[in-house]
Amino acid sequence: MGGEANSRAHRIGEVILALKGVSLAFGGVKALSDVSFDVREHEIRAIIGPNGAGKSSMLNVINGVYHPQQGTIRYLEREYHDMDPHEVAVSGISRTFQNLALFKGMSVLDNIMSGRNLKMHSNIVMQALRMGPALREEIEHREVVEGIIDFLEIQAYRKTQVGRLSYGLQKRVDLARALAMEPRVLLLDEPMSGMNMEEKQDMCRFILDANDHFGTTIVLIEHDMSVVMDISDRVVVLDYGKKIGDGTPDEVRANQAVVDAYLGVSH
Amino acid sequence: MAENLAGLDTFPKLLLHHARTRPERPAIREKDLGIWQTWSWHRFADEVRSLACGLEAHDFKRGDHLAIVGDNRPRVYAAMCAAQCLGGIAVPLYQDAVATEMAFPIQNAAITHAVVEDQEQVDKLLEILPQCPTLAHIYFDEPRGMRHYAQPQLMSCDKLVELGGESFRRDPAFLEGEIAKGVGSDTAAMFFTSGTTGVAKGVVLTHYSLIDRARAAAEMEGLTDADVVLAYLPPAWIGQNIFSYAQPFVTGYCICCPESAETVMSDMRDIGPTYYFAPPRVFEALLTQVSIRMEDASALKRSLYRYFMEVARKVGGEILDGGSVGAMDRLLYRLGDAIVYGPLRNVLGMSRVRVAYTAGEAIGPDLFRFYRSLGINLKQLYGSTETCVFVCVQPNGQVKADTVGPAVKGVELSFTPERELLIRSPGLFKEYYRNPEATAASKDAQGWFHTGDAGYMDADGHLKIIDRVKDVGKLADGSLFAPKYLENKLKFFPFIKEAVAFGHGRNRVCAFINMDMEAVGNWAEKRGMPYSGYVDLASRDEVYQLMRECIEKVNADLAAEPEIASSQIHRFLILHKQLEADDGELTRTAKVRRLHVGEKYAALVDALYDGKQVVHVEAQVRYEDGRTGSISADLKIRDAKTFPPVAARKAA
Repeated sequence: MGGEANSRAHRIGEVILALKGVSLAFGGVKALSDVSFDVREHEIRAIIGPNGAGKSSMLNVINGVYHPQQGTIRYLEREYHDMDPHEVAVSGISRTFQNLALFKGMSVLDNIMSGRNLKMHSNIVMQALRMGPALREEIEHREVVEGIIDFLEIQAYRKTQVGRLSYGLQKRVDLARALAMEPRVLLLDEPMSGMNMEEKQDMCRFILDANDHFGTTIVLIEHDMSVVMDISDRVVVLDYGKKIGDGTPDEVRANQAVVDAYLGVSH
Repeated sequence: MAENLAGLDTFPKLLLHHARTRPERPAIREKDLGIWQTWSWHRFADEVRSLACGLEAHDFKRGDHLAIVGDNRPRVYAAMCAAQCLGGIAVPLYQDAVATEMAFPIQNAAITHAVVEDQEQVDKLLEILPQCPTLAHIYFDEPRGMRHYAQPQLMSCDKLVELGGESFRRDPAFLEGEIAKGVGSDTAAMFFTSGTTGVAKGVVLTHYSLIDRARAAAEMEGLTDADVVLAYLPPAWIGQNIFSYAQPFVTGYCICCPESAETVMSDMRDIGPTYYFAPPRVFEALLTQVSIRMEDASALKRSLYRYFMEVARKVGGEILDGGSVGAMDRLLYRLGDAIVYGPLRNVLGMSRVRVAYTAGEAIGPDLFRFYRSLGINLKQLYGSTETCVFVCVQPNGQVKADTVGPAVKGVELSFTPERELLIRSPGLFKEYYRNPEATAASKDAQGWFHTGDAGYMDADGHLKIIDRVKDVGKLADGSLFAPKYLENKLKFFPFIKEAVAFGHGRNRVCAFINMDMEAVGNWAEKRGMPYSGYVDLASRDEVYQLMRECIEKVNADLAAEPEIASSQIHRFLILHKQLEADDGELTRTAKVRRLHVGEKYAALVDALYDGKQVVHVEAQVRYEDGRTGSISADLKIRDAKTFPPVAARKAA
C-alpha cells in the first residue's frame, strides 16, 4: 500500500479547488462556519466527521446546491461566490448521492447513458428519431459508457432494471453515471454507506482505480474512518460545522481534537 | 469436408494450416465492451507468431515451460500455442487458485516465464516470487491497475507482442523453422491434477495424444468448422482445454469467451453454441433456476409447463433416440415444443446445441432425462486428464442415464479382479512430471493406465462406474460400501448440495448433509419460515425433517438393490457451513475430499456413531481474501428410517 501511495504522490498537481472562509447557515442553525481547505488535482481528498458535522452541506456548497452566506470558492482559476448546479456540472464536477438518485425503472445502461447528457449535442427530435448524426453520437457515447461498465465490472447487469439490483450494485451504478460525465472532480457522498465488508473493499478499489486510471480528482465524504484512512491522500475533519483537522491520514489520526470528536471527551 | 491434415502433427502446424485454408473464418470471439470481437484464424496466427517471437527474445527455449494463468481469453490460448511454436510446454494453472497453490507447479517445473490475465494474478505470482526464484518473466494481458508496478519481471502482453512482432518481421523464417522442428511426440502441455488424492501431479501430454483424442471424438460427432463452443470453464482443466484448444485446432471451429463469469448465461444466449460441455453441477444449477422461476410464474404458465414436461418425460427421450412413439404423442410433443421446450431451450441458450456432454461426476437420472426430454442431445462421457478426456462416449441413439457409453475408437478397456478399470489408448499421458514413482504406480509395463475407478461393462458393452476403487469399502459385516454411490443418490435431491457418507469398517452407514442454500432458502421462504442465515437455517427442525425424507427415499431405493441394501443411512447431521475448496474440503473441481472432511470433522463423525443427539463444533473458515475466522454451532443429529432389503425383483 505504501509504495503505491508514494508512486501516486508525485502525480498530485496544483490546487484545483479551494474554499476560503465558507460559512453556511439555515436561519439560526450554523451548518458551516468559516471553513477553508483546498483540493489538489488528482488527489483523493476525504471529508470526515461525526453525524451532523456538516459534511454533506460542504459537498452541496461545492456542488452549487447551497449558496454560502460568506466565503469564496475558487475552481480552475475562477472565483465564485456561488454557482448553480448545472454550471458546476458543465465545468467538470460530478457527484454521487448518499441516498442514490438513480432512475429506478430504467436499465443500468440507460442510467449511465443519462450521465452523458451534458455531452450530447444533437437536439431532442433527432435523438428521438435516431437520425444520422444523433445515431453516430449515441454510438460514440455508448462506447464511453461501455468502457465504464467494463471498468466497474457491471457487464452482467447492463439490461437489468436498477430498482432490482442490490444496494451495493446501485451504488456502483451511481458511480458509473458520475464517471460517465468524465469529470475532472468527482464528489462522492458516502459511497460506502450501507455496504458489507466485501462491497466496501470493492468500492475502495474502484475509487482508487478511477483516480489512477482516469486521473479524476476525488472528494469523498465518509464516516467510516478506517476506510477513509486507507485510500485518502489528505483528510479534512469537520465537527459542528467547524474544521478541526486537516492533513494526511497519519497527521489526522494523531490530532487530539479529532480523537476527541470521534471518541467523545469527558468534561 | 474431409480435410487433409496429414503431417500436421503439432498444434502450431495445425494453426498455420487454418490460417492458410480459412484465414477469415472466426477462430475466437470475445465479448468486450458489450460487443463480440472476432479474431479470425489469420489474426489469431499473427498474435501467436508475435507472442512466440517475443518469448524467444526473452530467452524462452525449447523444452521450457510457460505458466498460463487466466480466464478464457484469446491471449490465454494464443500464449499456449506461442509456447508450443518454440517447442515449449504450456502449463495452464487454475486462475482461482490461491497464491500458495501456484507455488508447487512453478517450482516443480522450474517455470521461468508466465503469461497471466490481470493484476489479481500478478499479485499472486509476486507473492510467491521468493519461493519461486526461477520465475523471471511475468506478462500480463489486462493493464488496468498495473501502472505503478515497478518489478523488473513484469511486462504487458501488448509490449511483448510489439517486441515479438518486430523481430518476426526482421526474420520470419526463424519461427517457421522452429515450428517445423516440432514433432508429435513432443510434450505439448502439462496439466496439474486437482489432487483429489493428495499432492498435485503434473500430467505430461504430447501433441500426438491430444490431437489423436480430439480428432477421434470430433470424427465421432461429425464436428466441423461451422460449430461454435462457449469457453467458460477454467482453461487449466483438461476438459475445457480439449474443447477450446485441441478440438478447434483439429476442426477449425470457433470458440467464444464470455464477458465475465457472471454473464455466461446471457452470453450463451447471444452465441447459441452448437457443441456444449458442462459438469453435472451446472446442469443442476440451471434446472434449479428454471424450477424456481417456474414456481413464480402465473398459474396458467405453471400448469402448461407441468403438463408438457410430463409429456416430454414420457416420450421426449424416446423421440430424441429415434425410437417408436405413437402419432398422438408425437403431435403433443410437437405442440409442447412450440410452446414450452423451444422457448425453454432458448432461455437456456441451448437452441442450437447438437451435442452436449456432461462428465466429471455422476449425473442424476432425473436431471439427465430432463434435458434429453427437452430435445437437447445431452450425453455422458468418461475420461480424465491422464487420458486426454475421451475414453468412453455415448453414441447418438444409445444413451443411458447410468452408464458412460462404450469405448471411443482406439481405446482398449480391461478390469482388475478388484474391478479397477484399466485403459490403453493413444491418448494416454507420457508421465507425471518429475515423479517416476507415481508414473510407475499408475502406468504398468504393458502400457495400461490404472484409473483407480471401480466399474464394470454392462450387457450392451457400456461402461458403468460406481466409485473410486480405494473408496469402495466394507462395512463391519463385510458387505459392500460404495460411499460415492450413496452420496450421488443424495445429491440428486435439489435440497442437498453435498453429502459425505461414512461406513467403512463400521457397523452401519452415517452421513453429513450439506444443504443447498438456494433451494432450501426458497423452500423456507415459500413456507414463511424466518431464518437469519445459513447456520440458523441448517439447524431448523423443519429442515432436518426435509432432509430426513430425502434420506429415507434413498434408503427405500437401496433396499431394492440387494448388493448394497446394507448401506442404508441410519443417522445424519446437517453441516453448519458449505463445504468449500478454499477450506480444502472440496477439490478445485468441486469434488468432496472425503478423507480430509472425515479428519477435519472427526468429532462429528464420532458423535454420529456414539448415539449423541447434539454435538458442538468449532471450525476454522478461510475467507476469499485469505483471512481466517471461525464458526461455532451446535449440530443436531437425527435418525433416519431404514427398510428391510427387498428380495431381488428380477432374477439375476
